Amino acid sequence: MYSDILLIGAGVVGTAVARVLSRYQASLTVLDRGADLAEGASKANSGIVHAGFDAHPGTLKAKFNVEGAKMYPALCEELGVPYSQPGALVIGFTEEDRATLENLVRQAEENDVPGVKLIEREEILAMEPNTNPEVLCALYAPTSGLTSPYEMTFALADHAALNGAKFCLNECVSKVERQDDSLWHVTTQKGEYTAKVLVNCAGVGSAVIHNMISDDELTIINRRGQYYLMDRMNPLPFNMTMFQCPTKMGKGVLVSPTVHGNLLLGPSAEDIPDALDVSTTAEGLALVLGKSRLTWPKAGPRGTITNFSGIRAHEAKGDFVIGAVKGAENAYETVGVESPGLSAAPAIGEMLGNLIAQEQGYAPKAEIVPAPVRPKPFHAMTTQERAEAVKADPLNGNLVCRCEVVTEAEIRAAIRRPVGATTIDGVKRRTRAGMGRCQGGFCSPRVAEIISEELGIPMTEVTKCGGESRLLTGTIAQALTKEAE
Amino acid sequence: MAIEKNGVLHVDVLVVGAGPAGLAAAIAAKEDGIDNLLVIEREHNPGGILRQCIHNGFGLHRFKEELTGPEYAQRDIDKAREMGIEIQTDTTVLSVDADHTVTCVSAQHGVQVFSAKAIVLAMGCRERPRGALATPGTRCAGIYSAGTAQKFVNLEGFMPGKRCVILGSGDIGLIMARRMTLQGAKVLACVELMPFSSGLNRNIVQCLNDYDIPLYLSHTVVDIQGKERLTGVTVAKVDENRQPIPGSEIQFDCDTLLLSVGLIPENELSEGAGVKMSPLTSGAEVDDTLQTNIPGIFACGNVLHVHDLVDHVSNESFKAGHAAAAYARGEATEGDTISVVDGDGVRGTVPQRIRKGVNTSVDLMFRPSGVFRKATCIVKCGGVEIARKKAPIFTPGEMAVVTLKPEVVASLNDTVTVEIERGE
Repeated sequence: MYSDILLIGAGVVGTAVARVLSRYQASLTVLDRGADLAEGASKANSGIVHAGFDAHPGTLKAKFNVEGAKMYPALCEELGVPYSQPGALVIGFTEEDRATLENLVRQAEENDVPGVKLIEREEILAMEPNTNPEVLCALYAPTSGLTSPYEMTFALADHAALNGAKFCLNECVSKVERQDDSLWHVTTQKGEYTAKVLVNCAGVGSAVIHNMISDDELTIINRRGQYYLMDRMNPLPFNMTMFQCPTKMGKGVLVSPTVHGNLLLGPSAEDIPDALDVSTTAEGLALVLGKSRLTWPKAGPRGTITNFSGIRAHEAKGDFVIGAVKGAENAYETVGVESPGLSAAPAIGEMLGNLIAQEQGYAPKAEIVPAPVRPKPFHAMTTQERAEAVKADPLNGNLVCRCEVVTEAEIRAAIRRPVGATTIDGVKRRTRAGMGRCQGGFCSPRVAEIISEELGIPMTEVTKCGGESRLLTGTIAQALTKEAE
Repeated sequence: MAIEKNGVLHVDVLVVGAGPAGLAAAIAAKEDGIDNLLVIEREHNPGGILRQCIHNGFGLHRFKEELTGPEYAQRDIDKAREMGIEIQTDTTVLSVDADHTVTCVSAQHGVQVFSAKAIVLAMGCRERPRGALATPGTRCAGIYSAGTAQKFVNLEGFMPGKRCVILGSGDIGLIMARRMTLQGAKVLACVELMPFSSGLNRNIVQCLNDYDIPLYLSHTVVDIQGKERLTGVTVAKVDENRQPIPGSEIQFDCDTLLLSVGLIPENELSEGAGVKMSPLTSGAEVDDTLQTNIPGIFACGNVLHVHDLVDHVSNESFKAGHAAAAYARGEATEGDTISVVDGDGVRGTVPQRIRKGVNTSVDLMFRPSGVFRKATCIVKCGGVEIARKKAPIFTPGEMAVVTLKPEVVASLNDTVTVEIERGE
């Protein structure tokens, strides 16, 4: 299949680039090995929109972080993605920490991050009374924000799709080469794609793709981060994102609310050989809990509703690699986009998308379809709004997920989105059905039925996350027949 | 029928949930002459979790018969229908407020706002998920709470797997060990963290022993493997602090892990109303009429505390229904109460308060905190013994009940303590 542009990787960076490219007159296909969008680092990170004080001045990380963070409030508003800006503290306990934090404040000024200042113990405890009382001082960053990384990815992809981008999931790229026809030929387990322009946004796989087409070798280190997610609490112990001052002993972990009102602890940082090994370990989880206690002495396993891990694509030289691929014609890339990649993604998308269009001479489309207005989630509605929602669609009266208050209408809508959910996890991330304290115990059978109806597949073909992850191994009748044989 | 006034539907007694608890409460209220009575149920059919409990063993105490779950439920459903009790199904309660406002949603009726003179909370309980255990490993398909698997098998006719390990020896896990075996699956092991089972002894015998399914006490799952579908779990022995012992690992190749690791009363609505909760039972704190701290709001069944037998649920819920009816008729009794507290070997006694000076018998129900053989439960008031009950065994898997006689209750004047005096 030919398209003008072939983009590999449907994470938050790939979809941000795709959305910008979809405004131009060029056909665009996006490939991803996952059964859904955002199946890599974009589904499993801290969800923080970093203010931008952390990245070293002069790096691409700093540039795109600061630009991206500024874009977030308006972008989330436009796309209907949750966003809040509770601010952040980086807490220190020693005079040595104070010196580090003072440096970070200076760095914030250099990076042009507004409002960052050093505050003292009393002020910290007044703002966040559950902080370890041994705290000495902290960096305060009022513009630090929270978002939902996978919801951002879905919204970016939907908008790109409405403007003509084609998304091909379950496509694992095995070979990329430029042939005599001056086209890129990309082989997946299902077939071959050709394109004039190649864009590599493949996250942890980005160096593998890069090294297929360039002699200037890059190395991705798979840095796994494990997290604990805690149930919603009223009130949450912290309103702000609580970072720990980086020390010689390491970077520390964060204790932060999520944009949905849960509490997140983590991540650990372990370099592992397998880019897809997102399992958690007893040691990793124990470390997260142990380190969290430095910020929040009461941190304990009680109240956790899940644990998970994600893998950051750390390029060996430390910075993002963004732009045209060295030594390869008509090829572009985003390699090594680890933290603050989520914060940077919108700015990377604008820069790279527009650069490609300019270099390739693509004219803007005469008309661009605006982002669809995302309806207010049922759980966030007032009683009056709920009454109207049920009148408009009676399926809003069927509550499927009781923990997160998600209706049948919302689940069906998630499957019918431009790049819709096809799996239990896909429904979960688009609607929050199954995200709550019972973790899908009650709603997953019903969600599976709705997926089966909407996609026209048997219940036994419904998967948790694609591939072999079927929920059911057969019917009772089959099981008993087999037994009888 | 509810009476509408300014968009608000007025009822005398509103029961949240049409499982065994809600049905019993409604029947009791109706018996007491409450006609403006409504039961709200979120599922399409009444009966609650009993609908999927197709095994027998229900009703031995109440009906002196061995019924299946659906049969037990049907008796109450039939009785409720005969009595003309209105059960509105397919309706989810969104909130209960302290002022007795109940907001519901359904496809048929849209959003409804009720105002009830008395409310009975009978929402039941849910299962603890994997995340609450912090078991490391992958997050693949094939991991279910035992009740979810039970729903797939018994109500929907699907098999969730072929080779299973069961973590936790709660009753649903034990029942599912047998069910999966009978449906052609291989159950490799039942693994229990504690040195004793949290399920009924009869279920250990009838569901594990009869099918040669090994029970590993003082063991837990320490790793879960499989990228897409589960491919195996690692089980290890734990020490007295419940920490895995390195070197004791056993590997099981399986495609399914069922969790039966505890039930949690489902009290989101109660908490929203401002009902005071007990950290021991995870249910409401109630007095001997099963009234919560909010006058006119009662709680019964598994939403109050997790029961072992449905017979106990029904008995408790009849009391709540009668009390709600009395409250709705304006016969509320307010006044001082005596606290009931847990002593040695006892966890989560219900009720937590007894009204002072009432002439009625009171059942004190609790879970023993460990296994005690040939022990005696002793109830004291201000240090003086007022009741005792001997048993060959007290175990956390079975609810212990000690009844205080009316004359004893009437004379209570100080804090009541429930404790277990260990035997040999």
